[in-house]
Amino acid sequence: MKPKPAAAAASYTLLAALAFVMLFPLLYAISGSLMTAREISTYPPAFLPSQPQLSNFVDVLNALPIPRQYLNSMVVATCVMVGQLATSILSAYAFAFLRMPLRNLIFGIFLATMMVPWEAIIIPNYLTMAQYHLINSYPALILPFLAAGFGTFLLRQFFLSFPKDLYEAAVIDGSGHLRFLWSILLPLSRPALAALAIWSFLSAWNQFLWPLLVVNRDEMQTLQIGISRLQDVEAGTAPNFILAGTVLALVPTLLLIYFGQRHIVRGLTAGALRG
Amino acid sequence: MLTGLAFVAPSLLLFSIWIFYPLVRSVYLSFHANDLFGRPANFVGLDQYQQLFTSPNLRETIFRTAVFTVLTVVPALVLGTVIALALQARIAGIGIFRTLLATPFAFSVATASVIFQIFFNPGVGVFNGILNFFHVLPVGWLTNPATALASVAVATVWLQLGYNVLVLSSGLQGIPEEIYEAARLDGARGFRLAFRITLPMLTPTLFFLLVVSTITALQSFGQIHILTRGGPAGATTTLVYSLYLNAFAFGSTNYGLASAMALVLFFIVIAVTAIQFGVLERRVFYR
Repeated sequence: MKPKPAAAAASYTLLAALAFVMLFPLLYAISGSLMTAREISTYPPAFLPSQPQLSNFVDVLNALPIPRQYLNSMVVATCVMVGQLATSILSAYAFAFLRMPLRNLIFGIFLATMMVPWEAIIIPNYLTMAQYHLINSYPALILPFLAAGFGTFLLRQFFLSFPKDLYEAAVIDGSGHLRFLWSILLPLSRPALAALAIWSFLSAWNQFLWPLLVVNRDEMQTLQIGISRLQDVEAGTAPNFILAGTVLALVPTLLLIYFGQRHIVRGLTAGALRG
Repeated sequence: MLTGLAFVAPSLLLFSIWIFYPLVRSVYLSFHANDLFGRPANFVGLDQYQQLFTSPNLRETIFRTAVFTVLTVVPALVLGTVIALALQARIAGIGIFRTLLATPFAFSVATASVIFQIFFNPGVGVFNGILNFFHVLPVGWLTNPATALASVAVATVWLQLGYNVLVLSSGLQGIPEEIYEAARLDGARGFRLAFRITLPMLTPTLFFLLVVSTITALQSFGQIHILTRGGPAGATTTLVYSLYLNAFAFGSTNYGLASAMALVLFFIVIAVTAIQFGVLERRVFYR
């Protein structure tokens, strides 16, 4: 059914209004990051920069810890992503194709991990890191997140959609598990792997409480904490400078959301991870 | 037989170290009082839990957590449904709107909070700018105990909306077209169609979101830390923020009481999840 032109116009108006409100924080951040300190503090507030200029970005990148924190976040999120892919691929393969004792019980344990809120176990984990002198280190930021019940669950569902024959043919053919996994199963599972890669990267990149606890040196901190501190570092720091840092922190995640949305949707209801 | 175990071993090992052992250790910590260095000292049994539920301060914290959860979950569900329904319009370029309206999902709690902090600024912020336009006196959004919790909730609702829109859109797209056609043949139109077909068919999705976003709201930390530090006068100190204050802030190392809070949080989350699987799921309409 094609809508009437009047109905279509109403739809466009409504959607444009909704999009403006939903995108306003982003538009404001981009616009503000291109303003001078004086322009952003004028009253009534200006919404578009009269002379867009990139000096705020140059300033933020010259503000010492920020480039290093960008690198830290990249290292941490990439390691978490690779680690979760590796451990989840192996365990999902076992649950989908292999016979093993207590399979249902072990799968139940994997599912149970998704119900434990990270905040509820953060104190003992912090104490463990302190005990092993891992405060202010990459391992502290990475190790607890290398395995995920969510990833296993997501990939297992996808592996189960393949016919059993595929696996049996490979076994008769004499190829080992790892070879079957690497040369047949994984190439066929690219959409699910992309979904897990994006979800794990996003959740690691966006973490806040954990890096705040286990890192107390600026040069080991992640970008999320870094931009939240731009305000504290120099009292009265102009918003244009803070917004430039925020926009830089948003670039990777915006690219993932806009270009990887169909993959994200695949992981939507398999579980929620945010925080 | 053993190959399978070898394949799940890496994950199981990591879960044991970073999830199951800490859970047991939390219980141990919650049963002990601490010395000045945060080490568990004497066994106090359930005293910390008793303190948690009898101290007026902490009872208020739990109540405030519930209020914050309602203030974020309900508006994010309602607005998410409105946006997802608007995205059902069959017009050219709808895919672009669908992509754009998921934008908050790209924001971390830190990036969103930093921007909303500027919006809430009493002098140059957008919210007081709007009030001023209508000749209303400026409000100290984050500094007034009466408005601080709701203000943090506003930022949280926006942040949660991206996820909600994505989930509800995919839920709506999963409703088979034939059902609508059959209802139209029976003469159903407009609101009748929305309330008799769309919403009932959407209940599983709405219910899933209700549970997931309740759990997310209970765990909120970053927005409170950045926007208010739990203030003014404790007006935004939720259970998780109180846990943080007791265990980590200002050199405090009250791991015992904080662990009791952590376990209360854990049981609330388990209870919410159990409600999902048990009681309510049967009443929800499934195809």
